[in-house]
Amino acid sequence: MKKIFALLVLALVPVLACAEEEGPPLEQAPVNLGDKASLQHGAAIFINNCLNCHSASLMRYKKLEDLGLSEKQIKDNLLFTTDKIGGNMSVPVDPKISKAAFGVVPPDLSLIARSRSADWLYTYLRSFYRDAKSNSGWNNTVFPNVAMPNVLWHQQGEQALQVTERTNDITGDKIETRKLVLERPGAMSRIEFDRYVGDLVNYLVYMSEPAQTDRKQWGVVVLFFLAGFFVLAFLLKKEYWKDVR
Amino acid sequence: MAATEKTPVTGAGPFNGVLTWVDQRFPLMALWKDHLSEYYAPKNFNFWYYFGSLALLVLVIQIVSGIFLTMNYKPDAHDAFASVEYIMRDVPGGWLIRYIHSTGASFFFITVYLHMVRGLMYGSYRRPRELLWIFGVVIYLALMAEAFFGYLLPWGQMSFWGAQVIVNLFGTIPFIGEPLAIWIRGDYNVSDATLNRFFALHVAALPMVLLGLVAAHIMALHEVGSNNPDGIEIKKNLDPRTGTPLDGIPFHPYYTVKDLMGTAVFLIVFSAVVFFAPEMGGYFLEANNFIPADPLKTPLHIAPVWYFTPFYAMLRAVPPMFNSQFPGVLVMGCAVLILFALPWLDRGGVKSIRYRGPRWKMAFAALVVAFLILGYLGVEPTTVWGAFPEGFPLVGGDYIATWVARLLTLVYFFFFLGMPWYTARDRAQEKPEPQRVTW
Repeated sequence: MKKIFALLVLALVPVLACAEEEGPPLEQAPVNLGDKASLQHGAAIFINNCLNCHSASLMRYKKLEDLGLSEKQIKDNLLFTTDKIGGNMSVPVDPKISKAAFGVVPPDLSLIARSRSADWLYTYLRSFYRDAKSNSGWNNTVFPNVAMPNVLWHQQGEQALQVTERTNDITGDKIETRKLVLERPGAMSRIEFDRYVGDLVNYLVYMSEPAQTDRKQWGVVVLFFLAGFFVLAFLLKKEYWKDVR
Repeated sequence: MAATEKTPVTGAGPFNGVLTWVDQRFPLMALWKDHLSEYYAPKNFNFWYYFGSLALLVLVIQIVSGIFLTMNYKPDAHDAFASVEYIMRDVPGGWLIRYIHSTGASFFFITVYLHMVRGLMYGSYRRPRELLWIFGVVIYLALMAEAFFGYLLPWGQMSFWGAQVIVNLFGTIPFIGEPLAIWIRGDYNVSDATLNRFFALHVAALPMVLLGLVAAHIMALHEVGSNNPDGIEIKKNLDPRTGTPLDGIPFHPYYTVKDLMGTAVFLIVFSAVVFFAPEMGGYFLEANNFIPADPLKTPLHIAPVWYFTPFYAMLRAVPPMFNSQFPGVLVMGCAVLILFALPWLDRGGVKSIRYRGPRWKMAFAALVVAFLILGYLGVEPTTVWGAFPEGFPLVGGDYIATWVARLLTLVYFFFFLGMPWYTARDRAQEKPEPQRVTW
């Protein structure tokens, strides 16, 4: 019996390991949903930069109160696409016009952190480089030939893709290294820009599931309650079963 | 007339009167005694015997959480995706109800699979429990249908394309396939019409079928009595004074309190997933399903949810023949349907793994390992383990995973089709069963 159980556990290990994605390695996004200042900053970045072409139609402005903002602060500083605080973050741009401009309709970002993952977004937003061959003049190592230009170029500056080829002396294999180098600096230093994108991604993670902080807090309460319930159930079972043999 | 013939109910204090009134008009005490207080279950149930009652618990959880989801969900191709997110964001406690339901779907299969493994290990399908087993297999089939219909409802990319792939499997059946697939979808493509009918089947038709089958399963169980880890019949050793099994104890209170303890452990594990890992690394809720269904954009890699993947891996392992995928579909269907034949394939002299011979034990271990690896392969693309080198005899250039899946499919079927042979050969090497149950 124990052997079979051990076999079951062993066989489950590969099932639980995650599938590897191809492409450049993703960097870990500095997600911290307890950091209200970062979330507020991220919300402002999102609304100022992303919400011009992308919608977040499942997100209401009023929800931003979760981040410690007052209704007045939201109305005065962040409410651009509607005049109702309960309204959704939808952009009034006709999808046909954006399709004509970019070739695709910019996807809704309400759930982007759940469909793409925080690390993907964090790496993607920092991996744009100048490419004269593309329509927008930009390309991306994480999402090759993406239609979106580097909206944050003013902050980040302009990167270029450096491809170097080298031959391994022993095996004779060609090794290609691809590296992004900053050609023209932007308004921010590299560290400042990483924090800037980190705050934005932090907000995107929050927006993809606004209830998640609540969820984890309730989880702790529920597990404590169930632990107590287990102790009672265990003692009750022991008491009833003491003379069964 | 009959209202005065039964003896009054005692032992319920202030409720004696009302219970007597009910009992004289409804078989209340008879049901209570037959199914709980005087249903004798073997006293040596172990870990594996929790999963029947836990599966029942999950059924209740799914029905209750499902009712609340139905209050806010809209079965409409334009609104479905947004209505699920409305539940997640705007309905008070909606995220909890939704995660309970989505996690419950996976836990339903976890408990049912463990319940089935228990049945295999201890020979619970064998005479006199053949019909009990058959009801169980029908429940499993109904559960697969319920899960499949329910998975379309969030109307995400995986919902849509998963339904597309599975309905197309029916389309491979010769002659009637194409009209059958159209009949199932109600359209030439998975569409609003499909969503509406799947909603009806998911929230009304199949829950009723499941409840009826579960009732039949439990009635059959209480007719023949529970099996136990020794695989011997406790009804053969009755107490001469009371006429009840010497190795049996009343289900209530002994197993009600024991199952209550099991429930506590189960709920701890269940809640850990609901509150801390509702996506379960993409296995319970897939990343692609957070993208609304788009009939024009096929995802790169379509895989069913984990509980279907062992059978999906078998489907993919069979090469198309005569320009048709039907052989694979047939193999996959047979892999499930063969469970019905199990009671008549087993010729062993004993029921329990404790006394089985070496051949059965090896076949069983191989089955478990094969099923788990097939489950893994069904999640991954066939390229997962790379290809055999070109020029390799027979398999040169083919994907390794495909051939492993083929081999394991044979192992799976060998457990069943080889059973009449290896259990008969095993009889000489089986250990003797004890007269009374052991711990």
